[in-house]
This record gives sequence, structure tokens and C-alpha cells, in this order.
Amino acid sequence: MIEFENVAYSYGGGELLSDISMQLVPGSFHFLTGPSGSGKTTLLKLCYGALIPTAGHLRIFGEDVAMLGRDDVAMARRKIGVVHQDCQFLDHLSVLDNVALPLQVSDQDTAEAMADIGELMSWVGLTNRAHALPPELSGGERQRAALARAVIMSPDVILADEPTGNVDWEMSQRLLRLLIELNRMGKTVMIATHDLGLIRAAKSQVQARVLRISNRRLQLAGADL
Amino acid sequence: MEDIRSLLRGDAAHDRIVPPTGYTVRLTLFSAAAMAFLAVFALALSLAADRLADRWSDALAKGATLRISAAPEELDAQVAAAMAVLDTTPGVASARVLSDDEQRALLEPWFGPDLPIETLRVPQLIAVSETDEGFDAGGLRLRLSAEVPGAVLDDHARWRKPLLAAAGGLRWLGWIALVLIMGATAAMVTLAANAALAANAQIIAVLRLVGATDAYIAAAFVRRFTLRALGGAAAGTLVGMIAVTLMPDTGDTGGVLTGLGFRGFDWIWPLVVPVLAAAVAFFATKSAAKRVLEDLA
Ligand SMILES: Nc1ncnc2c1ncn2[C@@H]1O[C@H](COP(=O)(O)OP(=O)(O)O)[C@@H](O)[C@H]1O
Ligand SMILES: [Mg+2]
Repeated sequence: MIEFENVAYSYGGGELLSDISMQLVPGSFHFLTGPSGSGKTTLLKLCYGALIPTAGHLRIFGEDVAMLGRDDVAMARRKIGVVHQDCQFLDHLSVLDNVALPLQVSDQDTAEAMADIGELMSWVGLTNRAHALPPELSGGERQRAALARAVIMSPDVILADEPTGNVDWEMSQRLLRLLIELNRMGKTVMIATHDLGLIRAAKSQVQARVLRISNRRLQLAGADL
Repeated sequence: MEDIRSLLRGDAAHDRIVPPTGYTVRLTLFSAAAMAFLAVFALALSLAADRLADRWSDALAKGATLRISAAPEELDAQVAAAMAVLDTTPGVASARVLSDDEQRALLEPWFGPDLPIETLRVPQLIAVSETDEGFDAGGLRLRLSAEVPGAVLDDHARWRKPLLAAAGGLRWLGWIALVLIMGATAAMVTLAANAALAANAQIIAVLRLVGATDAYIAAAFVRRFTLRALGGAAAGTLVGMIAVTLMPDTGDTGGVLTGLGFRGFDWIWPLVVPVLAAAVAFFATKSAAKRVLEDLA
């Protein structure tokens, strides 16, 4: 459902990603790894239409992103849940309102949908933080709130950028379990991380493919992990 | 017109996605209020000029006065001659010699009630009223100078015309001021909206991340600025109307400056000012949002 075909991405500073070909098929679980600055975040942004390839073809749900208008990208975002590298909340709204934001912007904030949020909040363990403001949350709480917001629209695809970036080991395991749970529900999951320990921990629980960006290209990581 | 519908629906949640703080909001409130205040005065000026023009053109329309100065022994003959001329002038509907009492009434404001008019050499006045077509003042003057040497035709239109032109000019001035005020309001709202959009680039990024369309994001800003402009302009209009009411009004004898108040249905007009301000803010913010959202893409 997200397909890269010889995709390249360059910006003023030169080519960052070259000749990327891959597919995120429905229900798959991917890790994306590589050193800091190798382009993991950039590749995820390509996946949700925040950046447009400078060469090659990228299809999201069968549509070439180069052909999509901004409204089409907005519609695609509603089917792709994103946990952004630094979460990105509206700091003046409560955690609950932030989690509900995707419903609100798509005019789906019906009473039933809002009633279900309670369940989602307890799934990520934030029931008692629902009325806090995002700046008051700890790192782990932020990541879980971002995850709750990413899945509230029941997206087909979940993209998480360093979801365990600044949380302790215990919390990273908890977040990983949530993501694996989503994958078991049939969601396509891709996690960008430079945390090899997290990948090793996941391998015993889920059938995951590990992709590595190295020298601007994407490789399938081998048994060295 | 999804944005107009969202504006009217009063979606509080939608309103909240843009943080309520920031100087741009206060700037919009203040400038809308100031502009509305000025607009009320411009309107009052226009309407007063209108009224003045109406009064001058109505009250004095179709009127002229013939003034005959002559030695007492010649006066009656000259009056008779003048009446004869007027009778045969096309465009003259009627002519009437003013009685001593009427003449005294005219002079009373200047000389008091006890004026012995019979003993003074006061010119005799003849009130002339025109038909709709009017008479040819130049031609009439020529004939009078030949046949009634002591006659002076006082054609009211002669001094009425520049006054009417001045009133018309004032009215235009009022309208031009209104258009300029609207333009300045649009410019200020555009600046404020641009600043607000730029200051909230991060919020726009978050909204986009969760699938908000440009129309949705723009509507939140449009709503914010339209309502602020409406509120500010309503306050400015109210203060302006109070100020106009407090202006000394000397009634019908006054000129433009003293007749600035609103009369009767004129009171409807200033109420249009806040609506107009809201409309200006609506379109200004909409176009600013469209531009900024394109730039941020
Ligand atoms: N549009 C851009 N303008 C400037 N620098 C960019 C742009 N896109 C990416 N970069 C740079 O490319 C590098 C890769 O970024 P990123 O995708 O965030 O890598 P990672 O997530 O693997 O750390 C970074 O050094 C970043 O500064
Ligand atoms: Mg990154």
C-alpha cells in the first residue's frame, strides 16, 4: 500500500536518499534503522506525503504522490497514523483534545467517537493525564499520547519515528508491546529507530523486517541483528 | 461556502485550535474599533450633506425674487411694468407682489418689529415661481433692464448651484472616506492575519500531520479574525454613534457641521458598519490564509 520505486530525495545539501525501492504491504512490521542523520525521518516523511520524491515513483494507497493535491494528502494522512519524532502537540489544548484532534479536523468528532476515546486513553495508560497539558507530560507519556493520537482514526498504517527516543527501557518495552498489538490487529507498522536493543527485543515477539539506510541506500539488514 | 457555514455554526472546538493569545488579536480588535468609529463619522457626514442638498434643492426650487428699487413716485409704475414683463415670460408660473406686512416680516429679524416700513425707501419685492421647465434668467434680465431699470432679478439658483455642488462634494468625500476606511481595515486585518499565521506555523504543521485540510485550517483563522473584527467594529460603532448623538444639533438652520446627527431611518446605516467590517475581515483573512498555507506547503 506504500510503494517506493527507485525513489530519490535530494535537497539543497545534496542527495540524501538514492534509488530506494520497497513496499510496505498490509499487515507487515518494519524497522527502519541507520545512523543519526542517515535519512530515517526523511523516509518516513516521504511515506506520509510530507515530502515529495525528487526522482522515482512513490505510491500511497495506489496513488502517485507527485499527482496528489494538498487535500488528497490530507485525506491520505487520515489513513496513516504518525508518531512524530518530537510528538508535535498543540500545547494549549489538553492531552484528551490532542488525542481527539484527528477526529475533529476530519469532522468525525461525534459523540460515539468521543466516548471511545476513554478506552483508548486507558489502553495507553493515560486516563488520569487526560486533562493535563502536553508540556506537563513526561517523555514516556508524550510518546503514548502521540501513539493514541496516531491510532484514533483506525489507520491502516502506523509510522513511528523514534518512539522510544527519550524514554527508559521499561517504557520503550511498553510502547513496543502497544505497537506489536496494533500489528496483530492487522495494521501495517513501521518504526524508525537507531536503538538496536529495541529491534532485538522485538524479534522474539513479531515477524519484523529490518531495513537499514546506509550510504543513502536502503538495505535489508541481515543476521547481524 | 464551507467557511461561512463553519462561521455561523459557531464550532467552539474549531475555534480553539488556534491559541487565543497574541497581539494580532488585540491589534484587530483595536483597529476595527477605530475604523468603525471613523466610518460612523464619515457616514454621518455623507448623510448630513445629503440632507442639506435636499433641503436646498427642495425649499428653494422653482423660486426667484425680483427686487425693484425706485423713487417712491416711480415705484408703482415700475412694479406694474415688471408684472407685465413677468406675465409674458415663458416659464414663469406666477408672480406676486409682496405686501408691506410680508416685507416687514422679512426684515423683522434685522430691524425689529416696529419698523416703519411705509416711511423707508425699501425696495419692493416680487416673488416669482417657475414652472417645471423654468425660465431663461439671462433673457428675462435683458428684458427687465430695458423696460424696468430699477429691477434686479435674484435668481436663487445662482447661489444655490454652488451650494448644491458643495453638498454633493461633501457627500462624495464621505463615501470616499468610507471606501478608504474599508481599504485600511482590509490592510490591517491582512497584516494581523499574516502575522498570526506565521506565528502559528508550528500549529499548522501539527494540524496537517493529523490530516487537516487547508480549508479547515484557514476557517479557524478566518473565524477568529472575522469575529474579532465584528466585535471591535461593533464597539467602535457604538461609541461613534454616541459621539454623533452628543454633537450639538441646532436643527434645520444649521449647516453641515451642526447637522451631523442621524435622523429617522438614518440610524440603520451605522449598524451596517460592523457587518461590513466583518465581511472585510472575512475576505482579507481568507486570502491571507490561502497565501500563507501555500507558502508553508
Ligand atoms: N529539506 C532539508 N533541508 C535541509 N536539510 C535537510 C533537509 N532534509 C533533510 N535534511 C538533513 O538531512 C539529514 C537527514 O535527516 P533525517 O531524515 O532527520 O535523518 P535521521 O532521522 O536518520 O536522523 C539531516 O542532517 C538533515 O539536517
Ligand atoms: Mg530522525
